[in-house]
Amino acid sequence: MKKDQGCLGSRGACKAEKGLWVMKHIAIGILGAAALGFTASAASAGTLDTVKQKGFIQCGVSTGLAGFSAPDDKGEWQGIDADFCRAVAAAVFGDGTKVKFTPLSAKERFTALQSGEVDILSRNTTWTINRDTALGLNFVGTTYYDGQGFMINAKKLPGVNSALQLSGAAVCVQTGTTTELNLADYFKSNKMEYNPVVFEKLEEVNAAYDAGRCDVYTTDQSGLYGIRLTLGSPADHVVLPEIISKEPLGPAVRQGDDQWYHIVKWTYFALLDAEELGITKANVDEMKNSDNPEIKRVLGQEADTKIGTDLGVSNDWVVNIVKAVGNYGEVFERNVGSGSPLKIARGINALWTKGGLQYAPPIR
Amino acid sequence: MASQEILREEPSRGSFVNDPKIRSIFFQTLVIVLLFGSVWWIVQNVIDNLARLHIASGFGFLRGRAGFDISDTPIAYTSDSTYGRAILVGLINTIIVAVAGVITATIIGFVIGIGRLSNNWLIRKICTVYVEIFRNIPPLLVIFFWYSGVLAVLPPPRESFHLPFGSFLNQRGFYFPRAIWGDGSWLIGVAFLVALAMAWFVAYRARQRQMATGQQFPVFWTSVALIVGLPVLAFLLAGMPLTFDLPKQSTFNLTGGFQVKPEFLSLYLALSCYTAAFIAEIVRAGIRGVSKGQTEAAGALGLRSGPILRLVVVPQAMRIVIPPMTSQYLNLTKNSSLAIAIGYPDLTATAGTVLNQTGQAVEGVFIMMIAYLVLSLVTSAVMNVVNARMALVER
Ligand SMILES: N[C@@H](CCC(=O)N[C@@H](CS)C(=O)NCC(=O)O)C(=O)O
Repeated sequence: MKKDQGCLGSRGACKAEKGLWVMKHIAIGILGAAALGFTASAASAGTLDTVKQKGFIQCGVSTGLAGFSAPDDKGEWQGIDADFCRAVAAAVFGDGTKVKFTPLSAKERFTALQSGEVDILSRNTTWTINRDTALGLNFVGTTYYDGQGFMINAKKLPGVNSALQLSGAAVCVQTGTTTELNLADYFKSNKMEYNPVVFEKLEEVNAAYDAGRCDVYTTDQSGLYGIRLTLGSPADHVVLPEIISKEPLGPAVRQGDDQWYHIVKWTYFALLDAEELGITKANVDEMKNSDNPEIKRVLGQEADTKIGTDLGVSNDWVVNIVKAVGNYGEVFERNVGSGSPLKIARGINALWTKGGLQYAPPIR
Repeated sequence: MASQEILREEPSRGSFVNDPKIRSIFFQTLVIVLLFGSVWWIVQNVIDNLARLHIASGFGFLRGRAGFDISDTPIAYTSDSTYGRAILVGLINTIIVAVAGVITATIIGFVIGIGRLSNNWLIRKICTVYVEIFRNIPPLLVIFFWYSGVLAVLPPPRESFHLPFGSFLNQRGFYFPRAIWGDGSWLIGVAFLVALAMAWFVAYRARQRQMATGQQFPVFWTSVALIVGLPVLAFLLAGMPLTFDLPKQSTFNLTGGFQVKPEFLSLYLALSCYTAAFIAEIVRAGIRGVSKGQTEAAGALGLRSGPILRLVVVPQAMRIVIPPMTSQYLNLTKNSSLAIAIGYPDLTATAGTVLNQTGQAVEGVFIMMIAYLVLSLVTSAVMNVVNARMALVER
């Protein structure tokens, strides 16, 4: 059952891959720098045009986090973040399959977006002011409201049932994340000590935690549920009740390209509005003939509508999105909710009409 | 005098273009202008492009609060320290593992290298196998080998191996008692320094006496007695001002004592073993490079094989060995950046984290490159000094 996420093939091949990865990681930095140095600052073509020219969207995802973006046994990327990119592809091309995925570690992700290696970063990334301003990114919204939690091996540490008992523990964490910053803040403000055990790749953190190098695993709570499934014996591990931070996870694009930003942002809103209006993958064709003017408008059925063309896509873009991946609720349940092994409840990710935080401006 | 000069310059009078001196000045200036021009162009481009992409730039970020913790902190560091200090911690960690690795690799390398020339078949073969194994495996694999080995073989903290002197070994590393020096400990330090000075003096006098009279003096054992004896005496006189902080079991880990983490341990062992294989080959080549006649002549003078090696062969071999050794030391230092794969907070890892948390990739990569460049230049400079001294010994 133990799966080496993101590092397929034999153990030997896996290690060779790691070597390559180290080089790739360094290369990205240097290439990024070189690209910045050697390209004269001509005004860049809009992302929409380049994407249309290429014929697909290059989507930055994680290297394999169940529920958000992980390859299944056929090598297809599954998860909320992967489906989000499919939704954008459906809006742009009318075809949700026109996506190519680039797996990125926490550390690589921003450089990859800045340097144009990917068109969208859809990789359980927390929206913070620093990233939104100083890094040249624009976050489009929060596709998943999360918070940071802790996981321990209850079999090895039977007495521990609160994060406040963790003083002195060795804590495994991935570098280049908000996680390592919250961790430092939390232990400091609670006057507790800890030993950070810091790795760069998800797979290394998982292996070290599984081997007992650390007592505690910390990351976004949703991530903990996903990671637990990949451990040797998932049932031994419990997620502690404390949530120590706000982690609004969402897709980001490069700054300075408003059209692309709007397309990606409204794709997210369309997913939410479709759910709110009860438009699903199964009934979307029927719904086109609905008597409800709002539904007709959203689905581009009004006469002389400009509901898509003003955005730079076709007028039936919402139809295409819902046909490709379903509405937000469907995406959620299929990937992390009741239809998935993670079984996460909607909680604060429910629509505002159901007491949650997911709220989208109207499509009109 | 004046007429002479005019005569000499006569041929170049025809045109400036053909004057070799002026020509060379012209082309050198041109190269410099082009070089600086293109560097300037690249820098300007970087600045423009960063601004266009709305990415922050400049080195001001180094003064910001880091906000993350680092597992090995040889100098005082908390999450309240600056990004600059975090990078410094990484640099010091790199230096620590590089220096420890260089020393160990040199020792292992010499033993194996000399072993490969041994008359004993078994020793020779073992050393050959060692060299062939480590020379032919990528260093990253050696690091993973040690790291997985350490994690897989050693027990969890609650079931630590108890070693002598209150030391423990488990998955979280090697723990041993930390010495806490009390009042009056400075006496011991002073005694140690005095002993060093005396040992040096004894060696100096002994050499003079041997030159003058041919009589030998047991310098080695005298020095050992001085260097061990004096501090021990001082320790007793000061009233034994020493206590130990012993590692003890707590809820999660062993606390107290001194902990060597498995990340350091595996990186250090891997780099040492790997580089030692190359050093062994260099040492073997160096010894082979000393002509056999030297050994035979020394033998004819009545020296035994130990002193022949020590006094005749090795000093000459060193002159051949040191230059290629420098590049091995540089390789080891640069290979230490593979630490990133097992989470040892070296320069690449911490500067990488800073780069990532601030998003200032260009500056981060620049700092890393400069730091490794300086480390390499310093290593080369030190080795050049050593080399120069070795060359002087030659008569
Ligand atoms: N939300 C946090 C953490 C995101 C993160 O990188 N989480 C890890 C652990 S769940 C992850 O997804 N790693 C996957 C990978 O590196 O491929 C952030 O944006 O900094």
